[in-house]
Amino acid sequence: MLLDLTYDVGNIWLDSLLGILAVVALMTVSALMLIWLERKISARIQMRLGPMRVGPYGLLQTVADAVKLIGKEDLRPNTADRWVFELAPFAVFVPTFLGFIAIPFTRDWAIAFLDLGVFYVVAVTGLSFVGFLMAGWASDNKYALLGGIRAAAQLISYEVPMVLALVAVSMVAGSLNLTEIVIFQGHIPLFVWQPLAFFIFIVAALAELERQPFDIPTAESEVVGGPFIEYSGIRWSMFFLASYTGLLIYSLLGAIVFLGGWGWPLGEEAGLWLQILLTFAKTSLLVVFFMWVRFTFVRLRIDQLMSYCWKVLIPLAFLQIFLNGLVLVYGWPDGILLLTSGAGLALAMYIIYRAVDTTPREVRMVPARGGGASSVPVSVDATGAE
Amino acid sequence: MVQEQELESVDINVNMGPQHPSTHGVFRMVLTIDGERVMDVEPHIGYMHRGGEKLSENMDYRGGIGYQDRTDYLAQFMNEQAYCMAVERLLEIEVPERAEYIRVILCELNRVTSHFMFLGAFGIDLGYFGTSFTYGFREREFIQDVFEEVTGERLMYGYFRPGGVVWDVPENFVQRVREVLPGAKRGLDDLDMLMTRNEIVAARTKGIGAMSLEDSINWGLSGPMLRAAGSDWDLRKDKPYSIYDRFDFDIPVGSYGDVYDRYLVRLEEARQSIRIVEQAIDQLPDGPIMPEKMPRRLRGPEAEVYAAVEGARGEYGIYLVSKGGDKPYRLKIRSPSFCNLSALRAMTIGNYVADAVAILGSIDIVLCDVDR
Repeated sequence: MLLDLTYDVGNIWLDSLLGILAVVALMTVSALMLIWLERKISARIQMRLGPMRVGPYGLLQTVADAVKLIGKEDLRPNTADRWVFELAPFAVFVPTFLGFIAIPFTRDWAIAFLDLGVFYVVAVTGLSFVGFLMAGWASDNKYALLGGIRAAAQLISYEVPMVLALVAVSMVAGSLNLTEIVIFQGHIPLFVWQPLAFFIFIVAALAELERQPFDIPTAESEVVGGPFIEYSGIRWSMFFLASYTGLLIYSLLGAIVFLGGWGWPLGEEAGLWLQILLTFAKTSLLVVFFMWVRFTFVRLRIDQLMSYCWKVLIPLAFLQIFLNGLVLVYGWPDGILLLTSGAGLALAMYIIYRAVDTTPREVRMVPARGGGASSVPVSVDATGAE
Repeated sequence: MVQEQELESVDINVNMGPQHPSTHGVFRMVLTIDGERVMDVEPHIGYMHRGGEKLSENMDYRGGIGYQDRTDYLAQFMNEQAYCMAVERLLEIEVPERAEYIRVILCELNRVTSHFMFLGAFGIDLGYFGTSFTYGFREREFIQDVFEEVTGERLMYGYFRPGGVVWDVPENFVQRVREVLPGAKRGLDDLDMLMTRNEIVAARTKGIGAMSLEDSINWGLSGPMLRAAGSDWDLRKDKPYSIYDRFDFDIPVGSYGDVYDRYLVRLEEARQSIRIVEQAIDQLPDGPIMPEKMPRRLRGPEAEVYAAVEGARGEYGIYLVSKGGDKPYRLKIRSPSFCNLSALRAMTIGNYVADAVAILGSIDIVLCDVDR
């Protein structure tokens, strides 16, 4: 069968090689398309056309960019820490790609079916912060250092709520196996039972991906690209590719764990192509959501980011796990899950609403007709010279 | 024996600029940071110094106009207005009605374009990935087209002259201005909806870089910076020049003097400018655009004059000393960006690095105006 990647060639090494090749090829092409998509979506939001010249609707623009980047000089600052600097892109790139090994696209289409699939994906993709720290440290640039430290702090912090949210879901599904989680969602997807976990997952994924409003490590207007500032050419494009691959991984994970993967709503008997289509449709939904958010929100500040994680998301995630535990241990009806999680989501929204002072602030309007004198006398008073 | 050693922590200096995306030109600030907190700021200016004040001393009175476009290059008409007003005061020239109206219309439209630029760039400073910028620039571009039709230039207009304006506006000027105004209003509403109620914008800007009214006055702030702190000082109202006393408009005044208030004040100010343009365009009279008898060569008496306008960034003043002859003996530009920038250090210390960028953005500096 053409699409059966679990097809046994007979040689274990050949099998693995084919699997890895499939992953790299698929993901590179997808990442290129995602870059094009992001540029098109951003253009749509910002009243532009986006790439239009290379190929129909600029489809080949990213290919042209990739060729340009490969042709560029691979610069390394004189004072950089040579090996750390040169290995950093790989430390970001490889873990992101490794995550794909465990992701099932349909019931029997995955490189490997792991019983601890959720655990594996989160653990492996979480490693990439090492690469950011390496890049930030080795570049011998203060912006890069600042960005690298920001990245480390942010990625480690947001790993926690993400894992906790996935734990809560796994409790309900009763498995850490991604395939079994999908099968569990045959009729009702998990985001219905666990809206709070879904919300925490989305927020944590945004932070893990370093996308707006959490693009603090690479903040263009503050640290000018952060850890990547000294990278050029192919090494820079590896960071870039890794960030889009990461986007795809978290979207796939969200689609599989929360939106029912290939199963819901068509069920298990739908054809293979329909299942693949369903997986990709749900993934695209999340991808487009992440991109949409990127162009409509401003950046948070690092202290706000941290306190949001440790004071809001993590306690709520623990609350979710605790409530799930109660429901599951005492065998209460499933409706309680939805009820408690929904209440938790409402609580989260209320906390956000209360934490930020969004009361519209009106400016006072002083009419100016005929040149009245100022109501506040403007003169240097005796408050002490600065 | 293991010797216990206390780890020493050192503040690091981060050189922000002169090449940095959010310094709005060639401005350099050396931040001393402890982690993410700014402990000290040392601003370095002067990269754009071109000695324009000195250059103006070697040009006749009409020749100096071109230099005024090159100080605050986002609010050119207002600078020209200030310069021309100074020369007119020196030579006691009466400006005809029509020229005054044309000047007011162009100046207020210019304020709108300048504030559009601020809103767009401010959004980028806060972290929008270009969205605020494109929205701000769409409508700015349409107004810019009107300027181009009137003056033939897109950046360095050189359109005002002592005594009036250099040539009359095109025949369809009134209609063209009426065409762009609804778009400008819509653009301001778009940006308003994008930013004003956004939770993250509020969290990032409220209470940041706040400056009390006393401090603002002591630092010599002017324009939207001062009005955000709670004063309603506006030269158009308090020392009406030109024909500003004929129009109905409001001065938006903030109360906290923080970054958010500065943003709100500028947004509202642009709306009020549109109001002024609407009134002025209705009243635009016919008539000459220059006094009948203008000498070919302008010769001033021995005198000193000061003329100031309410520029987009604050009080833009020209101090002109004449010792007779056709050239100024000394020309001093009181530029708002320079005075407003001086308060940067007082506002920034103790905030986060990200706030330093937001505060710098909220000052809305134009580096050519700072350095002159």
